[in-house]
Formats: sequence, C-alpha cells, structure tokens
Amino acid sequence: MIELKDVTKVFNSGRPNEFAALRGITMSIEPLKVTAIEGPSGSGKTSLLSIVGCMSRPTSGRVWLDGREITSLPERFLTGIRRKTFGFVFQQFHLIKGITAIENVMLASYPTGESRPGIRKRALDILGMLGIREKAESKSQWLSGGEAQRVAIARALVNDPEILIADEPTAHLDTRLSEEFMQIFMRLKEDGRTIIISSHDPIVVNSGIVDSVRIIRDGVLA
Amino acid sequence: MILNPAIIALAVSAFIITLMLAYASFFGLRIIRHWDITSGSELQLRLERSTYLISVILSNVLVFQLASLFLFIFTADRMHTLFVGAMCAAGTLKVNAFGYPVLAFKAANFLLAFVWLVINSADLRASDYPYTKIKYSLLLVLAPLVALESAMLGLYVSGLSPDVITSCCGTLFSEGKQGVGSGLASFDPHASLAVFIGLVCMACALGAYAYLKGRGHVAYSVVSLAVLVSGIVAMISCISPYVYELPTHHCPFCVLQAEYGYTGYVFYLTLLIGTGSGLGAGALGMLRPAESLSTVLPAVLRGLVAWSAVMFAANAGITLYLVGSSNLVM
Amino acid sequence: MFTGHRERNILEFTLSSLLRRRGKHLALVVIYTALVFLLASVMFFAGSIREEASIVLRSSPEIILQKMIAGRQDLVPMRYAEVAEKIRGVQRVSPRLWGYYYSPATKSNYTLMVPDNFSYGDGHIVIGNGIARVMSAAKGDRISLLSPEGDPLTFIIAEVMDSRSELISSDLMLVSEGDFRELFDMPEGYVTDLALSVKNEKELSTIARKLSELLPGTRPVLRDEILRTYDAVFNWRAGLMITLLGASVFAFAIFAWDRASGLSAEERREIGILKAVGWETSDIILMKFWEGAVISLSSFLMGMVFAYLHVYFTSGALFWPVLKGWSVLYPEFRLLPHVDLYSIFTLFFLTVVPYTLITIIPSWRTATMDPDEVMRA
Repeated sequence: MIELKDVTKVFNSGRPNEFAALRGITMSIEPLKVTAIEGPSGSGKTSLLSIVGCMSRPTSGRVWLDGREITSLPERFLTGIRRKTFGFVFQQFHLIKGITAIENVMLASYPTGESRPGIRKRALDILGMLGIREKAESKSQWLSGGEAQRVAIARALVNDPEILIADEPTAHLDTRLSEEFMQIFMRLKEDGRTIIISSHDPIVVNSGIVDSVRIIRDGVLA
Repeated sequence: MILNPAIIALAVSAFIITLMLAYASFFGLRIIRHWDITSGSELQLRLERSTYLISVILSNVLVFQLASLFLFIFTADRMHTLFVGAMCAAGTLKVNAFGYPVLAFKAANFLLAFVWLVINSADLRASDYPYTKIKYSLLLVLAPLVALESAMLGLYVSGLSPDVITSCCGTLFSEGKQGVGSGLASFDPHASLAVFIGLVCMACALGAYAYLKGRGHVAYSVVSLAVLVSGIVAMISCISPYVYELPTHHCPFCVLQAEYGYTGYVFYLTLLIGTGSGLGAGALGMLRPAESLSTVLPAVLRGLVAWSAVMFAANAGITLYLVGSSNLVM
Repeated sequence: MFTGHRERNILEFTLSSLLRRRGKHLALVVIYTALVFLLASVMFFAGSIREEASIVLRSSPEIILQKMIAGRQDLVPMRYAEVAEKIRGVQRVSPRLWGYYYSPATKSNYTLMVPDNFSYGDGHIVIGNGIARVMSAAKGDRISLLSPEGDPLTFIIAEVMDSRSELISSDLMLVSEGDFRELFDMPEGYVTDLALSVKNEKELSTIARKLSELLPGTRPVLRDEILRTYDAVFNWRAGLMITLLGASVFAFAIFAWDRASGLSAEERREIGILKAVGWETSDIILMKFWEGAVISLSSFLMGMVFAYLHVYFTSGALFWPVLKGWSVLYPEFRLLPHVDLYSIFTLFFLTVVPYTLITIIPSWRTATMDPDEVMRA
C-alpha cells in the first residue's frame, strides 16, 4: 500500500525556469491491484512514478510505503527499499548493449551482496518462466523486440519485488507485442504482485487487467 | 631545497590532498549551515550528494596519510647521505625544525581521519544521519590541520640544504644527553617495555569489558592513546637496541629497513590502526547516543574494540618476539 | 553483513565493462603506461648509477690529499707523504699518479693511471673494454699515445680489462710509472695526489684538520664528501628530470580529468540504467574505483616492466645525453639491476596517487546522476 499526501515536485526552484511537475498530489495505490496512470506527455506521469517508486524524493508532502514514512529517507536507504520493493520496466527497455541477456537480468542484483551463482540461478528461472531461457547467452543487441521486452521484465523481477512499475511499456511495441506484454502482466498480477503502469495506450488502459485508472494533467490528478 | 623524485611526489600529493580537503570543507560548511534531513528541497538533495564525495575524499586522505607517513620516513632515510652527520632518517629529519613536526602531524592526521571515518560509517547506518553536524564540524578541524601539515612539509623541504651539519640517531637518541630523543632513550629499557606490555594487557582487559558490557569506550580510547605513546617510547628505549643488537642504538626508524625484515612496518601499522580504532570507539562512545542507531551501534563499538585489542595484542606479541629472539643481553 | 559479494560482483561487472570498451580505454592506458615508463626509467637509471658509483667509492681511500696553487690543483711533492704518515690515526699513505688523456682520434677522454704494482713493465698498457671497443683493439695490438709535445709513444696491449662495474673501468688505461712520467713529462718526486687510509672513521675530521695545519695549501677530500656530492648530483639530476617530466604529468592529469568527466552518451546511458535498476551512488563510486584501480595497476605494472627492460637491456638509451657523463665510451655498458621498494613506492606516489585523486570528483559527479534520468530521456 502506497500513500501520497499533498506531494509536490519542483524543478529549478528559485530560478526563472522554475517549474512544478507535481502540484499537491494525494492518492493511494491499492496492493495486489493494477493501477494505470494516464496522461499526456509532460503531465507529470514520470515524476509521479519516480516518487512512488522511491527513485526520487518529493519537494514537499509525504509518502508512506506500507505504513512507513519514506519521505525524508536519504538516497542510500531509499535505494535499498526500492531494490527490495520495486521492479521497473522502462519505455525503451534500456538493456545494456554488449552483454548477454542473463547478465542484463543479473546486474540489478549485484549491489545486494548476494553471490553470483545464486543470482544466476534465479535469473535463469525467471527467464525460463518467461519462455526465453534459451536466449540467456545471447547478446542483448541481437534480441528481437519481444525478447528484449521479456528480458526487461525479467530484470524487473530478479529481486522478487512486491510492486512492478512500468513506464509506458507499450509505447514502442506493435499491437501483437503489446498484447503479449499485457498477458505477461496478467500472470504477474495473478502471482500476487501490485502493478503500476503509466500509459495512454488504449490497449493498456482498456485491458481487462487494469483495476483503476488515474488521470493526471498538468501535475494535478483529475 | 633538494629536488628529489620522492620529495616532489610527496609535495605534489600533499598539495592535491589539501585542495581536495578545502573543497570538501566548502561542502561541509554548507552542510552545517543548511542541513535539513526532513526537507526534499533541491538544496538538501545536493547536500546529500556532496556527502558521498566527502566520504570518498576522506577515505583517500586516510590511506594517503598512512602511505605518505612511511614514504616520508623512507625518503628521509635515503637522503641521509646528503647531510653531514646524518646516518639515517633520524638525522635527516633533524636538519631543520620542521622534520619531526611533519611526522607528528602525519600520524595525528591519520588518527583524526580514522576517527572521522568511524563516525561517518556509524552515521551512515542510520537513516536520519544523526552525527552529520558533528562530522562536518570535525572535518573543519581536520582540513586546516592537513593544510598546516602540507605547509610544514613545504617549509621542511625548502629548508633542506646539503651543507647543514645535523646529528644522527646515535646522538639524537643516545642516553645521557639533553633533548626529547635522548630523554626517551635514557628510560630504563625494561621498565618502559614493562609499561608498554602492561598497558596492552590493560587495553585488552578493558576491551573485553567494553566488548561484553557495552560500556567504558572512552576509557578504552584513553588507554589506546597511552599504548601508542608507550609503544613509541618502548621502541626507542628498549625494542630498537634489541632489534639492532646494539645497546646504544636507539633509532625508531632504522627498524623500517629491509635488513630487519620490515618488522618496523608491522609494529607501527598495528600500533596506529589499533589506536585509530580505539579512538574511534571512544569518539562514538562520547557522542550523544542516537536512537536511530541503538540497534547497530553496539555491534559497531564491539567490532572497533575487538579489532583494536587484537591489533595491540599482535603488536605486543611481535615486540616480545623481537626482544626474545635477539642475541643482545641487557 | 559484509560478505564481500557486493564488491566482487561490482568488480566483475567493471572488468567486463572495461573489456567491452577496451578501445575507449586503450588511449588512456597507453598514455598512462608511457608516463610510468618515463618516470620509472629516470628513477631506475639514476638508482643504478648511484649504486654503481657507491660500489666504486666504497673501495676508494678515506682521504685524498691534493695540493692547490691559486685555487687550481697541482702536483704533490713526495715529501708531503712523509708528513702525512706521521699523523696519528693514518694507517697508510699511497702516492697516486693518474690523469686524463684526450684522444683526438676518438674524440674522448681516457683515465690514465699507474697502479700500485704494474707487472707488465715499461712499454705495456692495460686498457678498459670500452677503449678496446672504440679502438677495435685487442690484446697484443699496438697503440700510440701522444705526449704534450706531440711525440707518439707506442704501447703493447698487455690486457683488456673485463670488469663487472664498467662505469669506471671502461675508459681506464693502466701504464707503468716510467711511461706515465714520460708521456706527460712529469718531474720525478711529484705525484698527482696522495691517498690516505684511516682506520677509525671518527678521526677523519681531526686528521683532515691536522693535514691542513701541517701542510697549508693542500686540500683533504673526504670520501663521504664525494659520496655526498655524487648523491646530490644524481638526486638533483633525477629531480630535474622529474620536474621536466612534471609538465607531462600535468598534461596527463588534465587528460585523465577530461577522460573521467567527459562521458560518452553510451556510458552515461549505462550508468543511468544501473542507477534506475537499483544501483546506489556508492555502488557506482565503487565501480568507478575498480575501474581506476584496474587501469592504474595495469598501466603501472606495464610501465615498470618496460622501464626495466629499457634501463637494463638498452642501458637507458633515451636518457644518455641528459643523465650520464661526458665520455663517448660509456654507450655499451650494462647497468646493474637496481629496483627497490623505495623507487616503486615513489613512482606510485608520482603516478597512481595523483591519478586516483584527480578522478575522484569526476566519478562522483557521474555517480550522483538522478536515478530517474533514464525515464525522462
């Protein structure tokens, strides 16, 4: 359960180009549900996701994660919480070129202090679950769009997070791949994970798995 | 002024270190003035980021201080041929008034940087960073001291001129003369050794108490400082004659040379690290106990005390071995 | 709990990243290695010469007594030896005959000496292997030397010296006393200088004082003083070289700073991804530390190995003109290996320490990138 109270995020404060990405957001995100955040680009979607996902701190306002206030946690601690709690799937997948698919999945676990063989085994299991185990040793730049998407999802899952955050996951996918993506997320939801998706793609917003849709515009929730 | 590769290396690195600490102090000052952990303002985020830089700089200062301490002695030792009367590092350092102060400052700044990093590592374990202001106030003490050390190094180096007649360790640390060195050398060797070993035993006992009861850290740090001082005294008055197997040779530096198997490094390293950990434990014990640290602090303190006591015990073991295995009978 | 896995994982990832981008790091490693190579060559070279000189001086007499006239060195009358012998503490006084001979043919200076007992007799000469090389002469050949008047004096080469310490012996010629006096037209009863051996080192300065009292107009030169001068000269020369090379160190520092702060778009993207998937600022700093350590250590080791090869196999061919003496005879001598902990330590302080310190701020800047930056791109 994530709660936000009166959250604002201001960039370049005190300078002529000061700009408020979020203005007084109060919302809560239900556990085990799929929440979609819809809004045009520049509406504050990304800022909201990044605060919800413990990637950045709000300029003012408070954020609670499972009842614990995390607003004033320094980056060192916030990152620890983020690693355990959240998995991220990015718009363009953001895989690192030149290394294999499995390494791309594993690297999210390197700072946790777990040993490599343990991480590797888990990464292979997840790739297997997503049906691309045989691609584990392929370099990431040789993967097809669908495979790259699954590797990105596997990377988000490698630390076994409770909450998955996907930022415009279907923006660069054709319809078939977008539907495939939603199917994978359906399975993850059934496994008992909370999912937050930002999107303005009808395939996402109108798909059956989304439980609630929040619309954001100019940094304010509609 | 003597141009020598090692001197250039020492001077250049000291200069860079001083600049970096000045840079760190600038951030430190801003942290002391504007730190507000509850704020999410851009200023606070920037300050938090600068704490990473300061930690990295201080870790480097620590390693640098230790390495440059030994390089300094090493260089002084190598240069002794340039000065009439000098036969090892002891004489070269005596060439002008700044040699020994540089050495003392290097050791003291090493210990201060050690204490700083101990406080820092404890501070970073609690999400409210309870010691931030204390830490950066201490940084503002350390930075000028390092700058002073670099300035003295500059004065020492620029004041080195080969025509100076200096004294060697034989006269500097010989009994029956005036001066601090001779005073140290004329201590009764066995008494000073006994005091040193006694203090190490006391440190171990007090360490065990602090380890088990979680109290007495400040007392421990006082004893660890005493161990450092008595260790150096014992080295000059007692251990060195045994190592060199010459009852009149009291030099604390020659023991760093290869002829004696570099045992000097082990001796001084264990002594300095033991003292640093002890002082770190004392500093943490002295600070206002932070609630957010109540779960981790006891373990940190136990680790420091145990590490320090082990270093001292190892040092005493080496000392007794050196004295015991010597062919000298005093 | 500290398991070391975090450090190892990040190290392994760093190594794979370095290999992946070896082209990009190649320039840095090459320049870094070249710098270490230059500095290490200077230090090893100076160290060897210093060592060489001290080996030679160890066997030289404690005091050399010279006669001075108008501030110039002059021949010493033999009777001075008797005076010196009577001073308490002087063990032995040996008169020495020696000097330099300039050979116009090879445009070089040779050291000519009369040894204590020259067994080959008049008309014979013993030469160092440097001279033998330059003159392409061998045992049994004849060579002529010119007297100040221009009359040639012919010698039979009785022996070519093959010495371990070539620095001194390669330009050496040994002749008999008679030949020496004839060649240089030197009067009987005079020698070049006197060598005094003294048993107790502590009496050196007393003896030196007595000598100048009893024999005014002479100059006693103490061995320690020579050693000191040598040391000062070699240290000074090496220091001067290092200072000149300081410009290159400075250039390297700027290059390193530039390298560390100017990230390619690809690298920036990668670090952004790492931060986004849960790497913390200190993890990136650790990664950058490993990166610097790997680059530094490999460049340092390579530079040292090349410098070693340079000094001991080519005898420091690059520095010949700057650091060594005056004679063209030296080129082929092989320096005795002399690498010690001290030079390595100093080199480390001249290269790795500045590199590490200089890259701290750029790598911190990189590491503090916003974790959500990749989402905004």
